[in-house]
Amino acid sequence: MAQQQRQTVERTRTMSDAMVEAIATEMRENEEVFYMGEDVADYGGIFDSTEGLLEEFGRDRIMDVPISETSYIGAAVGAAQEGMRPIAELMFVDFFGVAMDQIYNQMAKNTYMSGGAVNVPMVLTAAVGGTYNDAAQHSQTLYGTFAHVPGMKVVVPSTAYDAKGLMHNAIRDDDPVAYMFHKRLMGIGWLPAPDGPKTAVPETEYTIPFGSADVKREGDDVTVVTLGLHVHRALDAAERLAEEGIDVEVIDLRSLVPLDEETIRESVDKTGRLVAVDEDYQSFGVTGEVITRVVEDDPGSVEAVERVAIPDIPIPYARPMENEVVPDSEDIQEAIRATEP
Amino acid sequence: MSDSNQQRLGGFMTSVSTTQMKSFYEDMVTARVYEERLQEEYMEGKTPGFDISAGQIPGELHLAAGQEAAAVGVCHHLRDEDTVTAPHRPHHIAIAKGVDLKRMTAEIFGRETGLSSGKGGHMHLFDPDVNFACSGIIAEGVPPAVGAGLTAQKRNEDSVGVAFLGEGAISQGAFLESLNFASVHDMPVVFIIEDNDWAISMPKERVADSQDGSRRADGFDMPGIRVDQDDVLAVSEAAREAVGRARDGNGPTVIEVQVHRRMGHFMGDPETYRSEADQEAHRRRDSIERLAADLRSHGVDDETLAEIRERAESRVEEAIEWAKDQPKPDPEDAYDDMWVNPPSGVTDTEPNFDLAGGDD
Ligand SMILES: Cc1ncc(C[n+]2csc(CCOP(=O)(O)OP(=O)(O)O)c2C)c(N)n1
Ligand SMILES: [Mg+2]
Repeated sequence: MAQQQRQTVERTRTMSDAMVEAIATEMRENEEVFYMGEDVADYGGIFDSTEGLLEEFGRDRIMDVPISETSYIGAAVGAAQEGMRPIAELMFVDFFGVAMDQIYNQMAKNTYMSGGAVNVPMVLTAAVGGTYNDAAQHSQTLYGTFAHVPGMKVVVPSTAYDAKGLMHNAIRDDDPVAYMFHKRLMGIGWLPAPDGPKTAVPETEYTIPFGSADVKREGDDVTVVTLGLHVHRALDAAERLAEEGIDVEVIDLRSLVPLDEETIRESVDKTGRLVAVDEDYQSFGVTGEVITRVVEDDPGSVEAVERVAIPDIPIPYARPMENEVVPDSEDIQEAIRATEP
Repeated sequence: MSDSNQQRLGGFMTSVSTTQMKSFYEDMVTARVYEERLQEEYMEGKTPGFDISAGQIPGELHLAAGQEAAAVGVCHHLRDEDTVTAPHRPHHIAIAKGVDLKRMTAEIFGRETGLSSGKGGHMHLFDPDVNFACSGIIAEGVPPAVGAGLTAQKRNEDSVGVAFLGEGAISQGAFLESLNFASVHDMPVVFIIEDNDWAISMPKERVADSQDGSRRADGFDMPGIRVDQDDVLAVSEAAREAVGRARDGNGPTVIEVQVHRRMGHFMGDPETYRSEADQEAHRRRDSIERLAADLRSHGVDDETLAEIRERAESRVEEAIEWAKDQPKPDPEDAYDDMWVNPPSGVTDTEPNFDLAGGDD
């Protein structure tokens, strides 16, 4: 991350500021970029995803839309196929079900099904994640669901620095990109973020490539592969285990599609132990995929494997139960310890 | 005190008795007091600065103060066996439908003895005893209400399905498709649109072509009525006809009711998108005050109104106290309730057949 920059950047931003900065820059440079969603105009996005954009760009380009996800996400697909660069926001990723066909069958497949004759250069932004007791219809990440169907790139930033570079890249990408931002990381006043997502952010524009995982912490003993909020929970776990003499490497995937297998394998070659962590349902999802990529490549490369994810149940409302199912630093520590010889 | 059948109220004929009016009043006051008290309880531990994940009531909270007339005016025509589905703002509807107030409150506080054992929360209240259910996904409670109507029709029963939704939900496919399905089969369903002018920060004129949501009925060849005043008696009048039509097998109706949003969309909503004048206008148009005035003009004295209010207050207080006394769920309770049948289904034995032809 920041160490790749030649000049030292002092300016810090929240993740939402960083996202918005990238969107604003792209909108200034390209008239064909516009943003559609519920409460994205005057409200500035329920999770601050469009804060301040209405003032600069007006209602034609920062569009509040009817609560009709099928129609406006589908319209974004259509506008993208016309060559525009729409960004459509799902207020909560959980609402994707309402517009599933437009996402799964149109946005994700039209490029391939047209034999490359058309393409869909749109970004679907969506707030993801739990930890604030919003229950089963408002707390999911659905990382695996989005990454499962071929045809859309899937991006999950964990810091302000990454959020900005990934957003620039997402808008410029000629393919559809699902950009999934975790509510808990945005830096919203009423949903306090952990330490970590607020980082130094260069004022200038820059792009971060997809399929390039970032080693957020180097370590020799165990590899933790994760994304989103759980990057910070894994870093916390790593700090605590450092006191016990366990040296943890934390890899932030940053994108699920494409998936940076190389960085994961290199790390596991070094540590020989793998813990996959995410905030999605355990079965048929990200953790299973990460482990499989390592094991199918070289079954001998890994001595111990653990995974930490949401058990296969909807996310319950009451705090003791939600805390039970959403992995925390202690769950990650336990899994890491379990890989110790 | 008159208790006649036909009275002239607010310029239209109504067949509501004073006794019924008092019962409306009690339910409306209960719903209002409930929201005001929940607001207080919710804020406890979340301030200063407002942290949604702190405090004694978890999660988001959408309160319905100012929308009581729609819920009460409709639900007074319903029986326990009639099904009601509500959206993310459900408390007033639940109260009017007769949902167990204590267990509902315990659910909102995330307690073990809540309606859903603390698994659902305030947007996801289920009380099968009075056929009440919710969904937090906009308009997605509507198709299941049609399903209740369909069931009544198939079983040749005279119960009805009633779907509540906000005016922001009238452009959602789940609603529009349900109108068609219900209409094609003349199902016993009533669709109630609560028009509080706002869908979070989006005013109706920005997101809907027609400012009269009941016109959605036109394209589906069913009656649509807009109740232009936030008046429980007017709502009741419209609902009596619509529910009666549904019960008697004459098909669905859409009713839109003008209500008012006296609070933010959710607790913690800064409402910076909303003018002071609009907020003030919504607070000034109070259906409870309106009904109190009607009751007074029917000779009900202030003392009686105060008694009703006190009764409502103590009922709410009792529910909140009870709820706060209830145990919190154990973390492990999270794993319960996934399945009705054990994971392998209704059987755990393989059938015992020799299938011919397997070897060639
Ligand atoms: C499918 C879906 N899209 C968006 C939301 C987020 N959301 C929750 S309430 C709301 C506004 C609803 O407005 P309205 O239907 O008028 O009901 P009100 O809140 O005014 O009671 C929105 C957009 C949601 N819950 N589900
Ligand atoms: Mg509304």
